[in-house]
Amino acid sequence: MPDEARRSEDAVVIPIGTGGRPGRGSGSARPSSAARNLAPSGSRSSSAKAAPRRTPRASRPEAPAPEQSGAQQPAAEPPAGDDATTPPPAAAAPTTGIPVGEWLSALQAAAHEVFGEDWERRLAELMAFVRRRLEGDYDVDDYGFDRELTERFFMTALRPIAEKWFRLEVRGLENIPAEGGALVVSNHSGTVPLDGLMTMLTVHDHAGRFLRPLGADLVFRLPVVSSLARKGGATLACIEDAERMLAGGELVGVWPEGFKGIGKPFSERYKLQRFGRGGFVSAALRTGVPIIPLSVVGAEEIYPLVGNVPSLARLLGVPYIPITPFFPWLGPLGMVPLPSKWILEFGEPIRTDAYDAGEAEDPMLVFNVTDQVRETIQHTLFDLLRERDGVFS
Amino acid sequence: MGRVVLVTGISRDIGRRFARAAAGDPSIDRVIGVDVVPPRGDIGDVSFVRADIRNPVIAKVIAKEDVDTVVHMSLIATPGSAGGRGTMKELNVIGSMQLLAACQRSTTVERLVVKSTTTVYGSSPRDPAMFTEDMGPKRLPSSGYGKDVFEIEGYVRGFARRRPDVDVTMVRAANVVGPHVSSPLTNYFRLPVVPRVLGFDPRLQFLHEDDLLRVLRHAAVTGIPGTFNVAGDGLMTLSQAVRRLGRPSVALPSFAVGRLGATMRQARISDFSPEQLGFLTYGRGVDTTRMRTELGFEPRFTTAEAFADFCREFPSAPGARHAAPHPDHESQGAGRA
Repeated sequence: MPDEARRSEDAVVIPIGTGGRPGRGSGSARPSSAARNLAPSGSRSSSAKAAPRRTPRASRPEAPAPEQSGAQQPAAEPPAGDDATTPPPAAAAPTTGIPVGEWLSALQAAAHEVFGEDWERRLAELMAFVRRRLEGDYDVDDYGFDRELTERFFMTALRPIAEKWFRLEVRGLENIPAEGGALVVSNHSGTVPLDGLMTMLTVHDHAGRFLRPLGADLVFRLPVVSSLARKGGATLACIEDAERMLAGGELVGVWPEGFKGIGKPFSERYKLQRFGRGGFVSAALRTGVPIIPLSVVGAEEIYPLVGNVPSLARLLGVPYIPITPFFPWLGPLGMVPLPSKWILEFGEPIRTDAYDAGEAEDPMLVFNVTDQVRETIQHTLFDLLRERDGVFS
Repeated sequence: MGRVVLVTGISRDIGRRFARAAAGDPSIDRVIGVDVVPPRGDIGDVSFVRADIRNPVIAKVIAKEDVDTVVHMSLIATPGSAGGRGTMKELNVIGSMQLLAACQRSTTVERLVVKSTTTVYGSSPRDPAMFTEDMGPKRLPSSGYGKDVFEIEGYVRGFARRRPDVDVTMVRAANVVGPHVSSPLTNYFRLPVVPRVLGFDPRLQFLHEDDLLRVLRHAAVTGIPGTFNVAGDGLMTLSQAVRRLGRPSVALPSFAVGRLGATMRQARISDFSPEQLGFLTYGRGVDTTRMRTELGFEPRFTTAEAFADFCREFPSAPGARHAAPHPDHESQGAGRA
């Protein structure tokens, strides 16, 4: 039933040679309400709105064979049904009916609107993608990374947030190697690890590589989060996995501050916490890959953490329960991050191939390199903070 | 002169098929199958000896038949088939101890091949992505099959230490799938509606039944000592496996899946063990580098191909289309997706 209602609605929005003027050709002096709504040049915006709803239904059978003839077949059907069963209130001019050709061109225009220039190929691709997903006909790598899903879904969902909401500014992209293993070390902030997701997107969009994040074991203990993390390319932050990935030539991301970093109070913003035990440095030393320091400015302000409920956190087995000026007071609305302006700066790589693998066993060297990375990030953070005009500009 | 091979656990399908395949090997002279109950199927040239490995009679069999290679594959994964957890534990642990004691006394035994499993690594959120042979479980198994196997492996290592002249090969096989396999995991996939743990999508790794038989024969013939993970290349997620199977699945919270498993176990519908719940929540992957470099074994089926071959028994499965041609006519590695 709702299908039919929608169909008649769709019929309304398509201009049928009346130029969109109400009432004309219906024989009635008083235009119907639907026709009146349509009057002031509303046809363009409403057809764009209707387009995404229409196209998948009309073109489903077309997917396996994206030829022109295949597209025409299903498109020709709906108008006939419409005319017979539900006469659309305004547009159905009883004398003329709706020419099939116009339906077709409207559909094509809609598909064009949604998919752009070569919409036929892209539509066929989308259908093939849906079929592959439903039949399980895709590959995951040893860590459970689902490349197709990450590119098509996660990245697409994150892109507008990065570009429109946080207005990411990226510097030092030339420091990311085009191939081979490398370790990106970043500061961690923002109560919710959004900075990790934004870094992954940045690396993918600007450097054309996938950043493989190393996550805390809490990530892999939580339902939903764990399966999304593995599909997005993450793996557990342990020496074995870090070395395996780096040796396999992957670009690996670590946030050595961990929960101490994202869960720190707002008053301590941009003060780097302890850098773990330097396990990431020994992994880089053992595999001889460069360490790329990354400084992220802006993530601290998205959820200003002003309080914590340690007893509840302990009860739930999580590191902290955040209290921000808006959460939990405003409920779900409080979960909207503040639109701070972000700057990501990739620093000059710190090379480790001069050391031999055995030196990874030297704790003093590991501490020294850890401090070097930490200092680099801290100084870059201070420089960026001095440079920026305001939190939200 | 060829070898004389003793195979334990011949009453079960996989043991019987291994014994038959071994009897056909030109470098093996004679195969003796041992079990408490006679095998149900055709055993060809294999001579069957009815003996219980839980008592010292097994030592006499080894001495009398001049056995030089022992293939131990009578580890039982589920209490249901053994008639209770107590019996299962006794068969697994005491049986293995007796067999090892007999091998230690014997002057003829030169090789010992033990079919172990990757279950020894357990499943937990703190697992590395891929286990190598040197790693152990993150949490020691407290009960069930995992604990049995962990203990047996300990005894086997002890035996290898006491008899350094005997080549001991331990094959840690990943979950075996195939059209003939009836294991807790394959029975789980055969359920009309597959229950999954809500919010988790474990990584699975499979070994085709033919590859299991081949690797055991390879180990028995070559006698390369060591512990080896054996699994097909690549991994797949549970959601992917269920989709390829074309079966409906339902996601339930972890405790509900455990409850359902216990109910099915009591009703004898399916042997859903508690450690399987952990596996279906967190999954497991093992590194097979050593299998190639040291053992020199190359599985014919990848994880995906092994599962596709299993899918063939379900006519509606979309995954069956991807099945490689049957191994008898197939060149190595062909048909890889």
